[in-house]
Amino acid sequence: MAILKMQRIYIYALIKHCRDVLETLQRRGVVEIENLELEDSVFFKEDTSPLQAQYNRSAATAGEALEILSRYAPQKKGLLSSFKGRKQLTADDYDKMADKTQDTLRIAYDIIAYQKNIETNKAEKIKYQAQLEAVKPWLSLDVPMNFSGTATTAAFIGKFSEKKTSEDIVTGLAELIPEIEGIDVEVIYSDENQTCVFILAMKQDAEAVSDALRRIGFEYPSYVSPVVPAAREKEINRHINNRDGRILEAENNIKACEKYYAQLEFLEDYFVMKTERYKAFDDISTSRNTFVMCGYIPERDAASLKEYLETHYDAEVELEDIDTADTPVVLKNNKFAEPTESVLASYSYPDRHEADPTSIMAIFYYIFFGMMFSDAGYGIVMALACGICLLKFKGMEPGLKRAVKMFFWCGVSTTIWGLLFGSFFGDAVSVISNTFFHTPAPPIPGLVTPIWFNPVNDPMQMLMFSFLLGIIHLFTGLGIMAYNSIKHKDYLAVLYDVISWYLLIGGLILMLLSMDMMGNIAGFVLPPVFLTVGGVMAAIGAVIILFFAGRESRHPVKRFLKGVYGLYGVTGYLSDILSYSRLLALGLATGVIAQVFNQIGSMMGDGVIGVILFILIFVIGHGLNIGINALGAYVHTNRLQFVEFFGKFYTGGGREFKPFKINTKHYTVKEEN
Amino acid sequence: MAEFWSNSGLFFALLGAALATLMAGIGSAIGVGRAGVAAAGVLAEEPSLFGKVLIFQLLPATQGIYGLLVGFLILSNVGLIGEPKDISVLEGMLYFASALPIAFAGLWSAIYQSKCAVAGISTVAKKPDQMGKAIILPAMVETYAILALLISILAIFGIAGMSA
Repeated sequence: MAILKMQRIYIYALIKHCRDVLETLQRRGVVEIENLELEDSVFFKEDTSPLQAQYNRSAATAGEALEILSRYAPQKKGLLSSFKGRKQLTADDYDKMADKTQDTLRIAYDIIAYQKNIETNKAEKIKYQAQLEAVKPWLSLDVPMNFSGTATTAAFIGKFSEKKTSEDIVTGLAELIPEIEGIDVEVIYSDENQTCVFILAMKQDAEAVSDALRRIGFEYPSYVSPVVPAAREKEINRHINNRDGRILEAENNIKACEKYYAQLEFLEDYFVMKTERYKAFDDISTSRNTFVMCGYIPERDAASLKEYLETHYDAEVELEDIDTADTPVVLKNNKFAEPTESVLASYSYPDRHEADPTSIMAIFYYIFFGMMFSDAGYGIVMALACGICLLKFKGMEPGLKRAVKMFFWCGVSTTIWGLLFGSFFGDAVSVISNTFFHTPAPPIPGLVTPIWFNPVNDPMQMLMFSFLLGIIHLFTGLGIMAYNSIKHKDYLAVLYDVISWYLLIGGLILMLLSMDMMGNIAGFVLPPVFLTVGGVMAAIGAVIILFFAGRESRHPVKRFLKGVYGLYGVTGYLSDILSYSRLLALGLATGVIAQVFNQIGSMMGDGVIGVILFILIFVIGHGLNIGINALGAYVHTNRLQFVEFFGKFYTGGGREFKPFKINTKHYTVKEEN
Repeated sequence: MAEFWSNSGLFFALLGAALATLMAGIGSAIGVGRAGVAAAGVLAEEPSLFGKVLIFQLLPATQGIYGLLVGFLILSNVGLIGEPKDISVLEGMLYFASALPIAFAGLWSAIYQSKCAVAGISTVAKKPDQMGKAIILPAMVETYAILALLISILAIFGIAGMSA
């Protein structure tokens, strides 16, 4: 439960060490570089945008090559590969691979060139296929398509864009030019859309025939080749085969590059890192021989970095304590609470001056999640799945690791609540024992009989317990507000804003519990003396709120009205407390749906088919129930924290610490020291 | 006629169970469908967001399950599942009434929750890191389905306790 102390760091060094210093900072990832607005007669900003652009292009090239490569030589990825995280490299391996980057870049360009080659050839292939289509109707023509006739004859090769027989054409011509005879019409090919014809006429009639033909819809073909169509077909087929061969060759060339996959991945990372290092130059000021940069660093990392930079690179490092509005926030929590930091972060980072509520929130988070999910079987499944993932994939990305750890603890809590409520895959043990062994299940505590009580049989007790937890949760929130006020030495605020509400809400609850009306619901009635005690407490609380809730206003009437409005906030507390009834509702939903599936599964009796169906329905049904109810438990646990809990005290609005670090896709570099 | 009337307790209870399941189910079907359409649109641009948008799509799915839950509780309490029982007309009508909260609140809350979920999906499409906030907004709508479920369940347990 802490916000780490931050320091401002200034680094001064010779320009020749600039790259090394930046590389160190990037590998360590502990400094957030801030733009040093320093430009004068000595210091200037080096413009590295051309280099950035160049390296960016190289990174993009590597990425494109990888994408092409994985298209032709798919990389095997396991179902759980997303848990694996980035591969770790030692500094030595890194240097070794970095030496090879020029060669790898060439390979990347080659791969892209092969791909371009494939694309051009595919485009040409399509063109030839179109030509093949065009030549097909003419295949039975035994002269070239540009044949125009002999010494005494004129030939017309072309088509009509409709179905025609040779009689149609002869009659058509005869109507237009009855005087000309000896026209020979041969239909080469015809279908619904076209008719290909070869027409021969006497040379001296050529013009008249041509004119008449045009009038009955004759067209010359758009594609004319100087060879016989059958030969042309062969030629085109040869071209197509040729292109196929080239495509295959290029594909094989790409596949042959598969062994460079890892290197290409490294290449992409290498240039991404390089680009980011040069981007950092935008924030650094340089003179002719020196450079200066500044940033934020958590105090715990400052000393070792200072020592390293000063001994290795002759740098001068200055550290100073700061507390400006712009200082970023880093959280530090123990192993149990740390996973829920991301829940806090998804709401807002805490303001630097308030307490980090993560560790307290974590306790409630796990409790509430467990109560809503509340099944020992589901809890064990969840904890086991997360535990195995954590053991098997050590290199998991930090964000994912946190989430998996959080669900591991949620699973543990779920198991405990499940045992307390006597729910293990619903009532699976009793159902199995009754259906398949025909005996009532032995009363195993936790699995069959509840260790505490069964919410399905006694929902009112569960409802009361939910409200109780809710009140504790809300009062804890108020407690944190008191802590923050004390930290700011605003002691009166503790009385006005926290103790007053404790008195008012606590008193009202005591009064309520002393009334007969509530006795039916709660199952017990407090002795009447608590009615008086509660009444007095509530009255004191109400008076304090009435007079001091609006203490910031000077005007007495305004102040009084604000006090009245503050008192109206009691309705907010009512709805907040009622909101915790979701602990009961979602818990019941999990348990009862589990029972539904067990019951459906047992309907087929105890034969072989019955057993198979039971197993099938058990696996599918409980799988579904785990999915939907884990989602519900997650969402509503978050809601209880964000709305009911944080609403009581949390300001938020802190800025997340975003260090300059390795921001790659495939590899990370392990730092030895 | 009198005999028919005196036997109709079971009918009213079944009517309640059917109403709870079908109305909340319709709501969830509409809701999940709408959210699914929006989610598919996002996937066309950003396939990597599948896990996130799927959660949004599932948010309005819970009402249908609450309806199923209430329906099942009624069926098992009146003996349509398990041991057959005698159900009086009054009891049947009480069960019918107890199904109403989740039937209606389930229908409407699923539909309105899906509108929120669709908006949340577009938030996540633009800013995937704002998942936490975007998911809380549709969860607010769900509160009322949960409250309705609570009253339906408490009522059913109450009726069962009354006749015992």
